[in-house]
Amino acid sequence: MIELEDVHKSFGKVEVLKGISASIAKSEVVCIIGPSGSGKSTILRCINGLESYDRGDIRIEGARVDRNARSIVAIRTQVSMVFQRFNLFPHRTALENVIEGPLYVKKAPPAEARERGRALLAQVGLADKADVHPPQLSGGQQQRVAIARALAMQPKAILFDEPTSALDPELVGDVLSVMRKLADDGMTMVVVTHEMGFARDVADRVLFIDGGVIVEQGPAKSVLNEPKHARTQDFLRRVLHPL
Amino acid sequence: MQKFFSDAVEFVPILLQGVWLTIVVTIGSLALSTVLGLLWALLRVSGIGVLAGLSAGLINVIRGIPIIVLLFYLYFVMPDFGIALTALQASILGLGIAYSAYQSENFRAGIEAIDKGQIEAAQTIGMGWWLTMRRVVLPQAVKIVLPPYGNIMIMLLKDSSQASTITVAELALQGKLIASSTFKNTSVFTLVALMYLTMSIPLILLVRHFEKKANRK
Repeated sequence: MIELEDVHKSFGKVEVLKGISASIAKSEVVCIIGPSGSGKSTILRCINGLESYDRGDIRIEGARVDRNARSIVAIRTQVSMVFQRFNLFPHRTALENVIEGPLYVKKAPPAEARERGRALLAQVGLADKADVHPPQLSGGQQQRVAIARALAMQPKAILFDEPTSALDPELVGDVLSVMRKLADDGMTMVVVTHEMGFARDVADRVLFIDGGVIVEQGPAKSVLNEPKHARTQDFLRRVLHPL
Repeated sequence: MQKFFSDAVEFVPILLQGVWLTIVVTIGSLALSTVLGLLWALLRVSGIGVLAGLSAGLINVIRGIPIIVLLFYLYFVMPDFGIALTALQASILGLGIAYSAYQSENFRAGIEAIDKGQIEAAQTIGMGWWLTMRRVVLPQAVKIVLPPYGNIMIMLLKDSSQASTITVAELALQGKLIASSTFKNTSVFTLVALMYLTMSIPLILLVRHFEKKANRK
């Protein structure tokens, strides 16, 4: 469904992606792990055109991602994104955040959009927060609103960019369980994360990225339990046993 | 003091005619400067190099020319190019253009204060540039922009007196005419000052209201 072929990307003189090739199938959950600065987030941002890439090809169901082409709007409505810092619109209520896209981009009838928006908020466990503004919500609640906002576009895939990194530890579980439910329902997901437990339990496949290249990839359990590459082993040791 | 009050009774009705023109010039140029300022600001943040550069250059040119020279140009020079404006039109146009530079910088600051992450979030749900502006950026920028906007209104009210230099009989010119024909400088200019102050006070209160509202956020 999502195809990356030899994708290169530089910021100035620094090459952050040095030929990334990967293929993500429908309903597959892929976790991208790796040290900070390794290019994980940049991959997600290239997939839905928040960043341009210099060389290679990114295709979503055959359509090439080009951030400067008109087609990017259609692609973005098919591939939603959830950010580390939620990025909700603070001047709109939780429900308004969720229905903003359906109402103004997809031109859905308001009554229908509201009804679906409320159902989505219920799905992420926030039925009672529909009329609350984001600043009054906890980080975990804001992130779940952001997931509902992404779902409201009825996307074919959702990209998660470190969705729990900005949360207090006790709030991480609520967000991860919403994501696990999505995975169980067959949503295609690409998740940049440091939550190794989530990757092990939920991901079909794990990509370990370091220095702008995919160092190792494979079924989640084999990469995380029996990493073959020295860099992967070193990274996992430091993440799992920091002391 | 008694003399002042009897002068006031005599002069206030004449000065009030000037007040009316002051209000017309102020509101007219405020509206024009707001529209132009917003246009310059949107060009500046459009992300299109040529438009942004054009807007930046234009703002610098406008900022670098004194208002009075701009007014002279519109009123005395434009007729040479076949464009004859009335004094009132020239003053509204001149002050509107001059103030569009300040308005633009204020609007731009408000727009750029909005977190980039929100703009990216808007993009990822398929919003284009204008929809992002209309639904996400501008509604939040308004709150940031309002207090300085109020101050611009006060400055513009006072600067409307520059229209007197091209024969618009607004409050300042009306005062000057009465003073030079009656020699009652003290009474007349005290009245003129009091009238400007009276018009400014509601605006000052409005700015305070905007500031309170912005701080509450």
